[in-house]
Amino acid sequence: MRWTIVAATLLLVVLASGVSSAAPDDALTPAQSARYHELAAQFRCVVCQNRSIAASDAPLAADLREIVARQIREGRTDRQIKAYLVARYGDWVLYDPPFKFGTLLLWLGPFILLLIGLGLIVSLTRRRARSDRDSAADETSLDRDRLAALLAEPDDTPRDTHNSRARR
Amino acid sequence: MRWRVIIPGIVLIALVGVLGYGLTRDPHTLPSVLVGHPAPPFDLPTLDNPQHTIGVDAMKGRVALVNVWASWCVACRSEVSVIAELSQRTGVPVLGLDYKDDRDEAHRWLRRFGDPYARIAFDAKGQTGIDWGISGVPETFVLDRHGIIRDKVVGPVTDETMNDRLIPLIEKLRAEGG
Amino acid sequence: MIPELGHLALILALAMALVQSLWPIYGIVCQRPAYQRVAGPAAVGQFLMLGAAFVALGWAFFFNDFSVVYVAENSNTNLPWFYRLGAIWGAHEGSLLLWMMELAMWSLAVALASRSLPREVASGVLAVMGLVSVGFLLFTLTTSDPFTRQFPAPGQGRDLNPLLQDPGLVFHPPMLYMGYVGFCVAFAFAITALITGRVDAAWTRWTRPWTLAAWVFLTIGITLGSLWAYNELGWGGWWFWDPVENASFMPWLVGTALIHSLAVTEKRGIFQSWTVLLAITAFALSLLGTFLVRSGVLVSVHAFATDPSRGIYILSFFAIVVGSSLLLYAIRAPRFQSGSEPVAVLSREGLLLMNNLFLVVAAAAVLIGTLYPIFADALGFGRISVGPPYFNKVFVPLTAPLVLFIGAGAAMAWKRTRRETLKSRLWLPAIAAVVVGVALPALTVGVHVVAAVAGCVLGCWAIATALEELWRRIRGTRIKLPRQILGMALAHIGVGIFVIGVSLVSGYGGERDARMVPGQSVDFGGYSIVFNGIRAEKGPNYTARVGEFDIRRDGETVAHVTPAKRAYDHSGQQMTEAGIDHRLFGDLYVSLGDSLSGKAWSVRIYDRPFVFWIWAGGFLAAFGGLLALSDKRYWRRRRARETDPAKAVRSPGHGPLDEVGT
Repeated sequence: MRWTIVAATLLLVVLASGVSSAAPDDALTPAQSARYHELAAQFRCVVCQNRSIAASDAPLAADLREIVARQIREGRTDRQIKAYLVARYGDWVLYDPPFKFGTLLLWLGPFILLLIGLGLIVSLTRRRARSDRDSAADETSLDRDRLAALLAEPDDTPRDTHNSRARR
Repeated sequence: MRWRVIIPGIVLIALVGVLGYGLTRDPHTLPSVLVGHPAPPFDLPTLDNPQHTIGVDAMKGRVALVNVWASWCVACRSEVSVIAELSQRTGVPVLGLDYKDDRDEAHRWLRRFGDPYARIAFDAKGQTGIDWGISGVPETFVLDRHGIIRDKVVGPVTDETMNDRLIPLIEKLRAEGG
Repeated sequence: MIPELGHLALILALAMALVQSLWPIYGIVCQRPAYQRVAGPAAVGQFLMLGAAFVALGWAFFFNDFSVVYVAENSNTNLPWFYRLGAIWGAHEGSLLLWMMELAMWSLAVALASRSLPREVASGVLAVMGLVSVGFLLFTLTTSDPFTRQFPAPGQGRDLNPLLQDPGLVFHPPMLYMGYVGFCVAFAFAITALITGRVDAAWTRWTRPWTLAAWVFLTIGITLGSLWAYNELGWGGWWFWDPVENASFMPWLVGTALIHSLAVTEKRGIFQSWTVLLAITAFALSLLGTFLVRSGVLVSVHAFATDPSRGIYILSFFAIVVGSSLLLYAIRAPRFQSGSEPVAVLSREGLLLMNNLFLVVAAAAVLIGTLYPIFADALGFGRISVGPPYFNKVFVPLTAPLVLFIGAGAAMAWKRTRRETLKSRLWLPAIAAVVVGVALPALTVGVHVVAAVAGCVLGCWAIATALEELWRRIRGTRIKLPRQILGMALAHIGVGIFVIGVSLVSGYGGERDARMVPGQSVDFGGYSIVFNGIRAEKGPNYTARVGEFDIRRDGETVAHVTPAKRAYDHSGQQMTEAGIDHRLFGDLYVSLGDSLSGKAWSVRIYDRPFVFWIWAGGFLAAFGGLLALSDKRYWRRRRARETDPAKAVRSPGHGPLDEVGT
């Protein structure tokens, strides 16, 4: 593994000595420019340590930025530009992974977890509702709860000493 | 409740499994999407003569190598002798793709370090390099008779890669006939 | 000689850690109080030994002892002395030493504070922390010894990673690690609770300040890291969802959930087993972060030099620590069940439960996004990348409700709150949030980005409700506001400020790549940025090219910025220093790209409205935590030792008359 990292660094250094190009922004309309910056931030610079082509100084990133800008100028859609880069570098180049079978868990996982959690919380509060009905729930049950709790309270826990002091 | 016990356990085992697998992989190796696909066509001037053009179809009908290099690429210096040996031992022609280079520099470099290439295409702007999905220089592609990319080596080809990976593949592709 | 002493100190620290862990455990098992008492002195000894090792390494750095491999690889004579000392934690081995020394510092703090704890709890906590120390000391001594020598010593060393040669970053790792390691204390309390079977109000009260302290450090560390990335990486971003960032963010999210669930457990005596699980998870994620950063399984902006054997060790250690903790949890947690009782949605604990759910799911989302590339690779789905677009899409719906809950939670009472009470408390903050939340962008950046304005309103909601709660509590009474309450409100205001900053900078930030020759100017966002030229500058160990830029408005120069590009002498590595015109309502950020043909340079200009609010919010939240930590209730000597354990084991009281939330 160490060797390949050395090699990767070497490649980076090698590429850095290539010829770099000018700023693609100058030939774009403001709307195109906004699209360009948004898109460039979504592509991974494949030779860098986790940077987008927008944020990288690597010459390959500069070339790719220029390609993105040119294709925007030529009227290509975002989808077409993405397809162009994916055809060459694979899904690896997309920071925004496509929604497909292999990424189902990625996109849905967090929301499935959220739903499960919400379900658990609902079941917890249902229990509450049921126990409320048993004790003829109305606004006064609040006070009744308090009274019951007061009576049930162990009288010498440190917390209570603290509470009573704080109230003084 | 049972799930309190089981779920954290499953999560932990899955986590350790995934991470353990991750340890066996090098995240820096790039996937090569083009392997198994036809080589992207190009039409570039040759290094020798800006008036002449060459395409990848020049290699069609033969098992061939495409080697991306440049005179500014330090790693290419050590690689070029291995490429020469590989070409000599297998008789496979090598198409050079000179990436973002200067013609004079390139000629000087070839005289100094050797020229194993059958033909050299001159990719001044680097567009062909991007079409081929290269991430750095050097890179080496193995093409079969039908012009399909069958393997791709990122970084310099070493003796080890040549003997263990490229020569067996070339022999296999030859044997496939067709 | 000194490095050998350092190495010896490490070995002795290992011996001390073994004593600190095994002796008290034996003492607890065999009911021998004398053996249990060993934990404290052993922790002191371990700290002294690790401190000595740390000083020894610092000595080697300060006096340029290049016969020490680690020093030679990370420092050289041209490096200013403070960076030579900062280089102690500049790479894997030394940062591990820092990690362990900070763990020993936490142990020391627990040992010193343990007089107010029952002996069994104190020694149990120290023993667990000692076991963690043993694991890391063994790791260091077997795979990552910072004191390895080489002969002959090279005349000059290499260089400290240029990324780390920044004043802000010198303090970032120690802060961050204090946070990571600090969760070990909460973890140790949780394990002790599982062993002794005590998760009661006293337990939560002991655990809370430690958790809060760790959280404060982690918050500061993350905020500093973000600020540094903004200043140094040159692309105007403050967060990139890099694995390194995620590694620190996951424990932060779970730690935040833990602080809140501890509050519920203390006040209401419920969720005990959940709280214990969170404490285990927060530390597990700290360990996981250590693994991610040091094993090289992911491509990241900053990864330590990697080595598979290190990865295998940390992963095994992670599996053993977390696996055995969960096993213990599985066996012991069911006994906490009896205390759990139903919860009303409209109550403070109901909202804190929602807060916990969303925070934990958010942490899970970060975990899923960070590890998914490995997972996809393992299942043969190919190499994919998961980056900012994914996290932003998933994270916003998970965190926006959290900010809503902050506001609503401030108005809630424990147990149950009447709708009328809520309405009477919340209508004013709600109106204020909408008015201010719309007016603020309207007066500065405009209101055409609806999502950003909505985010701004949400942030104002968190602030307004926190202010309402403060006002409600001080109004008409002469009671001094407890610092805990004030701290909580400040932390929530900090979150609000942070949310405003994030919303507006994401919604309204603009950028432009320009090709500029000296004398040229570029119009950008109502300003004109004039490039006056480049000058060379020689630093102690680098040469820089510094761009001179004037920022003009209506013909008048309003600011002068000097973005630079440094080339470090030893490594040849390039670093950027952004030129930033900081303002309250937004930065203008200029970063120097490459030198192009002729005298032209590629220049990146960014408009970053309200970006400063992000860090201001982070620091304010940390300050709030600090203030809460200084609350008297955590510092008063407790009568814990005298309380009858039999009583404490009972399901704790229902806390009906708590001062919070009424």
